[in-house]
Amino acid sequence: MKASEAVRDDIKTIATAADKKSTKTHPRISGDFLFRNLSAAVAMLVAITLLGILIALWREGWDALHHFGWKFLVTTTWNPVSEQFGALVFITGTLVSSIIALVIAVPVSFGIALFISEMAPRWLREPVSIAIELLAAIPSIIYGMWGLLVFAPWFANFEPWINSHLGAIPGIGILFQGPPMGIGMLTAGIVLGIMVIPFIAAIMRDVFIITPAPLKESAYAMGATTWEVARKIILPYTRTAVTGGIFLGLGRALGETMAITFIIGNANNLSASLLMPGSSIASVIANEFTEATTPLYKSALLALGLILFVITFVVLVLAKLLLLRLDRMEGRQA
Amino acid sequence: MTALPQSQHNTHVPVPDAITKPLNIKVDVQALNFFYGQFHAIKNVSIQIPEHQVTAFIGPSGCGKSTLLRTFNRMFEIYPDQRANGKIIVDGEDILSSRKDVALIRAKIGMVFQKPTPFPMSIYNNIAFGIRLYNKLSKAEMDSRVEACLRSAVLWNEVKDKLHQTGTSLSGGQQQRLCIARAVAIKPEVVLLDEPCSALDPISTAKIEEMIEELKTDYTVVIVTHNMQQAARVSDRTAFMYLGELIEFGDTETIFTKPTKTQTEDYITGRFG
Repeated sequence: MKASEAVRDDIKTIATAADKKSTKTHPRISGDFLFRNLSAAVAMLVAITLLGILIALWREGWDALHHFGWKFLVTTTWNPVSEQFGALVFITGTLVSSIIALVIAVPVSFGIALFISEMAPRWLREPVSIAIELLAAIPSIIYGMWGLLVFAPWFANFEPWINSHLGAIPGIGILFQGPPMGIGMLTAGIVLGIMVIPFIAAIMRDVFIITPAPLKESAYAMGATTWEVARKIILPYTRTAVTGGIFLGLGRALGETMAITFIIGNANNLSASLLMPGSSIASVIANEFTEATTPLYKSALLALGLILFVITFVVLVLAKLLLLRLDRMEGRQA
Repeated sequence: MTALPQSQHNTHVPVPDAITKPLNIKVDVQALNFFYGQFHAIKNVSIQIPEHQVTAFIGPSGCGKSTLLRTFNRMFEIYPDQRANGKIIVDGEDILSSRKDVALIRAKIGMVFQKPTPFPMSIYNNIAFGIRLYNKLSKAEMDSRVEACLRSAVLWNEVKDKLHQTGTSLSGGQQQRLCIARAVAIKPEVVLLDEPCSALDPISTAKIEEMIEELKTDYTVVIVTHNMQQAARVSDRTAFMYLGELIEFGDTETIFTKPTKTQTEDYITGRFG
């Protein structure tokens, strides 16, 4: 015992001596110090910018929020002439179009990611991955024009079918009744879905690929099928990143402006039918900002911007809470 | 099931004379070749693995012992550029050419991997996962089946109060015993162990080796190991592989005390490998 302690002490002395020596002669230490502070500063800059935008929106939108109070959130009137402003139509439009987008994008992205990571022959993986990434590189205005000029007229051909079949279902049928115009909430949601697929699919693919092979093999070794492995092993294993990817897509869908403005129809009314035109927060701001001549009008639009900001923020917080709860249910935390 | 014939076909491996009582052959590998793309990883290997015995595959890294093991449940099939030819006869049926659902083959031939791979779910569900693939059991039946499996892995007392915690919350050795319990939960006939202790400490290793000893009363066990002492301790028969070929196969005692091939002797005496 004694001897070993002595040896340990010796080692310690040598180690500390070496440490001291290295601090004195180490030329990289100052660079390290600089780098650490520089990265801290950059990180702070992001937080400050975020806070700055929030404060600016709050200040600019305050007039409208103060003038209309909480009714701003729940009234549907949007009348620049009589200066009556309510945000409900746009809030609904934003949420509904984004939900449609996710309903379409999530399963499709899951399929794409699963195909690339588990099923595609090696030579096909790269081309498909690149095609997906290119989809993300298309500017949103192109999606807008394509949606308005190509997709909406084509989609209008199917709307009578939607009317007569989905529209006939009791309960949810009301969502699918309306004139077959092509443009509208459903079309906007579908195009939005196509736009967010690359983001969700890319993240899913990346995390599916890094799922440890022995983990997948263990399940295959018990006779599980590819679907069972995907559903019960890969998806739970990657759930944090997958949820992150979905919410990244949702974030993009909520804030998407150009494409939505082209396709959603820009009607300031609330309709139960998804085939009817509507408006989203982003689209109304894009459409009307140059026309906002009175201070209250402008303030109302900026208040809409603040609401969009808050919605996105709330969505992210909900995502975090959801993950926390999932973790807790599995007993990862006490 | 056939009795071990006196002269093995397709192989230069001598029949060890230590085998006196006839053993049933569980896995009969005949002229097996295996390729990773262009690379010829297993060269014309024939080996007969007896039932209710522990057979160890030893050899230096890259000699093909894990690859050979992975052909027994057609695990290689999930990778597009790996292929095997030859025959692997289990209970009279060639599993390589079998048209049967591969899931049924894998249900009969369980496997445990080098690193513990608890599924991302609770301890209870780790065991129940495989059972649910084949049987629909009531809650009570499932509970008792899970308990029985955990008891057979001598894990029950350690986990009975935290069955619904995630499997990753266990220690490495416990995770590996969970994986073995999970593999035997679906009642396979053959259990393949691919270096099951290489990531574990000596105490956990000893526990696993104890389990292996017990496993052979119910199952045919094949273990790949880097650790020659382990092969000597746990196995009844040992196969030495080198560069994709089966050099020598026989009674563990014979292989370790008087091997017939110089390569085997060089390897077990530590002259290479």
